[in-house]
Amino acid sequence: NLNLLEDGKERKEEIAVAEFHKKIKEAFEVFDHESNNTVDVREVGTIIRSLGCCPSEGELHDLIAEVEEEEPTGYIRFEKFLPVMTEVLLERRYRPIPEDILLRAFEVLDPAKRGFLSKDELIKYMTEEGEPFSQEEMEEMLSAAIDPESNSVLYKDYITMMVIDEN
Amino acid sequence: MNSPNLEDMGCGTSSATKDKKSEKALKAALVIQNWYRGYRARLKTRQRYALTIFQSIEYADEQGQLQLSNFFSFMLENYTHVQEKEPGLVTRLFGSSIQDKDRQDYLELIEIPDSYCGPRLQFPLTFTDIDLLIEAFKQQQILHAYYVLEVLFETKKVLQQMPNFTHTNTSPSKEITICGDLHGKLDDLFLIFYKNGLPSVTNPYVFNGDFVDRGKNSMEILMILFVSFLVYPNDLHLNRGNHEDFMMNMRYGFTKEILHKYKLHGKKILQILEEVYTWLPIGTIIDNEVLVIHGGISESTDLNLLHRIERNKMRSVLMPPIPMDGDRAEKKNKLGTTTVAQGIRTSGSFSEQLTKQEWEQVIDILWSDPRGKRGCYPNTNRGGGCYFGPDITSKILNKYQLKILVRSHECKPEGYEICHDGKVITVFSASNYYEEGSNRGAYIRMSSGTTPRFFQYQITKATCLRPLYQRVNAIESSAIRMLKERMISRKTDLIRAFQLQDRNKSGKLSMGQWAFSMENVLGLNLPWRSLSSHLVTTDKDGNIDYMSGFQDVHIQKPVKEVQSTLIETVYRYRSDLQIIFNIIDSDHSGLISMEEFRSMWKLFKSHYSVHIDDSQFDELAERMDLNKDGSIDFNEFLKAFYVVHKFDQLTKSDTKLA
Repeated sequence: NLNLLEDGKERKEEIAVAEFHKKIKEAFEVFDHESNNTVDVREVGTIIRSLGCCPSEGELHDLIAEVEEEEPTGYIRFEKFLPVMTEVLLERRYRPIPEDILLRAFEVLDPAKRGFLSKDELIKYMTEEGEPFSQEEMEEMLSAAIDPESNSVLYKDYITMMVIDEN
Repeated sequence: MNSPNLEDMGCGTSSATKDKKSEKALKAALVIQNWYRGYRARLKTRQRYALTIFQSIEYADEQGQLQLSNFFSFMLENYTHVQEKEPGLVTRLFGSSIQDKDRQDYLELIEIPDSYCGPRLQFPLTFTDIDLLIEAFKQQQILHAYYVLEVLFETKKVLQQMPNFTHTNTSPSKEITICGDLHGKLDDLFLIFYKNGLPSVTNPYVFNGDFVDRGKNSMEILMILFVSFLVYPNDLHLNRGNHEDFMMNMRYGFTKEILHKYKLHGKKILQILEEVYTWLPIGTIIDNEVLVIHGGISESTDLNLLHRIERNKMRSVLMPPIPMDGDRAEKKNKLGTTTVAQGIRTSGSFSEQLTKQEWEQVIDILWSDPRGKRGCYPNTNRGGGCYFGPDITSKILNKYQLKILVRSHECKPEGYEICHDGKVITVFSASNYYEEGSNRGAYIRMSSGTTPRFFQYQITKATCLRPLYQRVNAIESSAIRMLKERMISRKTDLIRAFQLQDRNKSGKLSMGQWAFSMENVLGLNLPWRSLSSHLVTTDKDGNIDYMSGFQDVHIQKPVKEVQSTLIETVYRYRSDLQIIFNIIDSDHSGLISMEEFRSMWKLFKSHYSVHIDDSQFDELAERMDLNKDGSIDFNEFLKAFYVVHKFDQLTKSDTKLA
C-alpha cells in the first residue's frame, strides 16, 4: 500500500526535521550571549561547523549571505538561520573530509615521501595556498602539530591524534 | 585566490607540469585547511559547552541561596516554637553584630613571636608596605593575624568616613583602571599590577567587588587591596560585590581559608571582616558619566535613595529585614535579656536593619545581570536581583544623566563584554575562573572623553600555552564531571521522571524525552543533545539507555546500612547544611552538640520537604561515630559524602601528554 509507506516516510522526515530543529537551536543558543535569539555573524561559521558540516570559507561566505539581514547588522537572527541550516542538514551538504583523503593531502605536499613536513613548509602552504590561514589559526595548528623533537609535522601521527580526540 | 609560488615548485620543470603540481598542492592545501577549520570550530564549541555547564551550575547553586534564605525566614516565622526548643539559636542567626570591640581589646591579646618571618607592616602605611606585601605573598608567606586585624580595623575606620558612592574624576593625563571579579586569584592581581602598574596617585584603580571566595588567596588579595586603599584612599576605590558577604563566604570558601590559615585568631578576623564588608561603598561614579557597580540595575533602581541609606545595615543577602511587629519586638527584647549573659551576640533593635525596599535596592545592585530581552524580570538563575534589558539601561542611565554602566559579576570568555548598544560593559578579571583555559581576564582603562581600552590576559602555569585541544579536553572533562555529580545527587528524582515517560519499561527513551527530563529535574538550561554523548549511551536507533548515565559515578556510602535516598539528600544539600552548621557553631570550633544537630536536621527536613525518617538520620550519625563528647564534628560528617568517579583511577595513571 504505497500511501501508507509514503505517510510513514513523511512522518519519519517530520521527526527528523523536528530533531534537527532542536539540535540547531541548541548549537545556536550556546553562542547567543544576550539570550535574544541573535548571534554575532563572526560566530556563525563555528556554529555551522559544530553541527558536523565542513563548508569551505567560500561556501561559508555564501551561507552567511543567505542568513544575513537585507542590511547587514553584524548579527544573525535565529529565524533566518534555522530554515537555511535545516536544509543544509537534510541535504547532508558540506560533508566532513574522511581521514584517508586528509592523509593523501598531506602526502601530496610531501612528494619526497619523508613522512613529515617541516614547520616552514606547513606555514608556507597554509598561509599562502588555498584559503590562507590567519596568524591565529596557523599558531594554533602549529602548537599541536609540531613534534618538538624534530620541529616538524609528523602528519600521520598528527592525524591519528586529532581523530582520536574527536571521537 | 593566491597564485602558487612557482619558484618553490622546483625550477627546471616544464610549466605544464608546474601548473599541474601547483594545482594539486592547492587542492591539498584546501583539504587540510577545510578539515582544520572544522576541527577548530568543534574544539571552540566544546569549550563553550564546558563554560555553559560551569556557569549554569554556578548560577543554580546561587539560586540555592534563596532557598536557604527562605529557610532562615521560615525559622524566624516559627520563632517561638524554635525558641522554645533552641534557645539562643535564632538569636545567633539574627542577632546584630557584637558591640564595637575596642581595638585594644583584640590587639593587646595577640603576640607576634620572634620566629615570625612574614611581612611586618608599619603604621601609618606607605607604598613600601604595598611592595612588602606583594613580595611576601609571591613567596607564599602568610601575614600575621595581628597585622590582618590592624589593617581591618584601620580599613573600617576609613571606610566609615566615605559615602555610599565614591565620586571621582579623570583627565587625559590621569586615566583610571577598572578591574572586575578576582575571586581569590592572586596571580591575576599580580599580572594586572605587572602590566598596568601599582596603584598610586597617578594610577587610580576601581576594584568592582568579589575580591574573595573560590580562589585560594582571598585573604592575600584582600590585604593588598585594603593596604593599597589605606595608602591611597582617594585613588584606590573599592566596590562591594555579592561575595563581600559573610554568609556567602561560608559557602564559597573564604571562611574556610581564614580558619585554615589563622587557626588561633580566625574567629576574630571573621567577626571584624563581617563589619568591614558592610562599610564597603556600593559603587563608584566616574566623571559623573560612568556608573561602576558590581551586578547591575533594575527598573526601580533609585540612585538618590541608594546615596542616602545606611549601607552598613546590609549584612547579608541571606538575611532580609525581619518584618516589624510590636509583639515580636517585645519577644526579642526578652530574648535580649536572657542571652546577654551567655555572651553570644546581643540582639539589637529593629532600627538596625534596612527597610525592605532599601534592602531590595541593594540586592539589585549586587546581583542583577543584563540580558537582551527588554524589560525587567526576576533573576531566577541566581535567585536574587533581576535580568534587565536594554530599555531599562537606557531609562536608568538617562534618568541620572549617565552614559555608561560598568559592571562585573559574570564570567566572560574574553574577560569583558559589551552589550545594550555599548551602554553596558562587563569586566571580569579572574582568568581561568572555572578551570585552566576556561576564560581570559580583562581590565579597562578609561578617561573622560576617550573610548575605553580593554586589556586581556590569561594566567598559565606552563611557560608556553598547551595546545588548544589539550586545554579544551581538560575543561571539558572537568565540566562533565561536575555535571555527572549533579546528576547523581538527583538520581532518585531523575529515575522517577525517566520511568514516567518509559511506558514500555524498556529502559530507553528518545533523545527528546531524555533531554526534557534532564532539563526539568536538574533545572539546568544546557545543550543536552550535544552533551548526551558524554553522559549516556545511545543505541543504533538513536534511543538513550537512561540508566547508563549513573553507571560510572556513585556517592560514597559512609555507612553501608543506610538508605540511598538519605545519602543522596545529604550529598545534594551539603553546601546548605555547611552554612547552617557553621552558623550554629558560633564559636567556630567545628563542633555542635548532637541535640543541635538533630533539631537542625528536623527543621531542615520540614522546610525542604525531605521525606526521610528521623531515625535513619540518627542511625547515620551514630554509626559514623563522629561523636566527640556529645558533640559532632560536622565538617567530618559532610566530608564523608562525596562522589566517586569510576574512571578516576584510570585518568590518574594516564601519562599526561606534554
